[in-house]
Amino acid sequence: MNFQTLSQLAVLCEERGLGIGELMIEEQSAESGRSKEQEFATMSQYYGVMKEAVHRGMTEDTTSRSGLTGLDAQRVAAYNAADEPCLGGPAGQAMAYALAVSEVNASMGRIIATPTAGSCGIIPGVFLSCQERFGWDDDFMVTGLFAAGAIGYVIANNSFVSGAEGGCQAEVGSAIGMAAGALTEMRGGTPAQAVHAVGLALKNTLGLICDPVGGLVEIPCIVRNGFGAVTALAAADMALAGVRSVIPSDEVIKVMLEVGSAMPEKHRETAEGGLAQTPTGRQIMKDLRNKK
Amino acid sequence: MRFKDVFSIIGPAMVGPSSSHTAGAARIGRAARQVLGELPREAEVTFFGSFAATYQGHGTDRAIAGGLLDFATDDHRLPDSIELAEEAGMQISFGQGTGLFPHPNTVRLRLVGKESGTELTLTGISIGGGNIEIVDIDGFGVKLTGMYPTVLIRHMDYLGVLASVTEVMRQGQFNIGHMSLDRKNRSGAALTVLELDEAATAELLQNLRALPAVATVTVVDLNDNVSDEKGKDITS
Repeated sequence: MNFQTLSQLAVLCEERGLGIGELMIEEQSAESGRSKEQEFATMSQYYGVMKEAVHRGMTEDTTSRSGLTGLDAQRVAAYNAADEPCLGGPAGQAMAYALAVSEVNASMGRIIATPTAGSCGIIPGVFLSCQERFGWDDDFMVTGLFAAGAIGYVIANNSFVSGAEGGCQAEVGSAIGMAAGALTEMRGGTPAQAVHAVGLALKNTLGLICDPVGGLVEIPCIVRNGFGAVTALAAADMALAGVRSVIPSDEVIKVMLEVGSAMPEKHRETAEGGLAQTPTGRQIMKDLRNKK
Repeated sequence: MRFKDVFSIIGPAMVGPSSSHTAGAARIGRAARQVLGELPREAEVTFFGSFAATYQGHGTDRAIAGGLLDFATDDHRLPDSIELAEEAGMQISFGQGTGLFPHPNTVRLRLVGKESGTELTLTGISIGGGNIEIVDIDGFGVKLTGMYPTVLIRHMDYLGVLASVTEVMRQGQFNIGHMSLDRKNRSGAALTVLELDEAATAELLQNLRALPAVATVTVVDLNDNVSDEKGKDITS
């Protein structure tokens, strides 16, 4: 790729007169040796899987094999429809969809790792709810996924995207940053604004530990995907309104690396700290072990 | 750069719940199946580290079984793969290993081929985001990811064998992206691993097999697009 940082990415887009998504399609094609059409087709298939996962999570039984989680997306959707929700509207929809995909993941359904399975709900939650709301066509959405991928590529290579390495800030945080930046561009923001959205989003997740109960991708991973989708919308709105990440986004990514590296091992997906080691977390772990 | 392209960030298409514990494990199983070249009739699976601690909750056992059935990471049959493996005539057992192992997510496989009775031992590690490395095949040190079309050549360690292999590659216009060789001892059995830019053709494999010191040639390639309710035949 011809960029290693978000600021290089924004400059490159400006020089070539392309959006982040369009630029990434060209860069990807150059890297792989496959045609732009082939690369686009693969990403289109991925978007199809995301749609299918949202649909499944909103309509089917998503109780996980452990029995710990499931059906929260449908609870949220029913509540959104029947009551006067605190959040509601497009944000409530994004939240429900993100929960849906994350629950499909926990129940061994088919998803796209974006960037990981633990954070697989955020991008589909944001993308599908916005597609329905703004009437965007699929090709537009797929170009948006390339934009999200470009942002994730920078984060992953300058910091990390897995909970085991950098805590949940790396996993859910990266997905939020990717969704926020991509959405900013899709809503008409400039590459520079998209980059600010990434920094704004990442700043809000710094320090988030990875503490899954029983080591499973369920508690608190699923609800963090729901929250993550809402945060991405908020970050995109701030960036589109002209809010800047005063600490440049590339510097925020470096901070994430610093914070994640300093994180004790017990807070990096080992289930040896945090929520996993609360009295209830320990009891759940014990019950799971006895069930086997 | 640890991550090379957009699809190492967005993707793979996979069955949940964990890219490292499920998708990565499925890829290791599938790589092993491809190295063996046939369905195993026996599979002894030993998990180490985090794999050993949480394999049941993450379906790592099911993912390995699915991989051994040559399922892709997003095959909808993965959650039922242990039962499907048994139906296909595979005896599969799972254990937790102790001692030294190369990575927190490590699995060691001992397989016996259904038709040939060939034995294979293989160690794989899941390095995150569904990405894997196979680090040992039958005691040979290797480093293959399966993300490039990969040719494995078992041969005797004679002077000039490698030159004849690369000559076949040149004639067939195949570019080698990465290459390694490990041998048991001087003039003994060796394993050469070639990662190619393009998928190997039947003709290429035939020409490699025809070389004097070459015993077997197998291909590992884990690249594929989203599966579409594919194939019912899992025994071939």
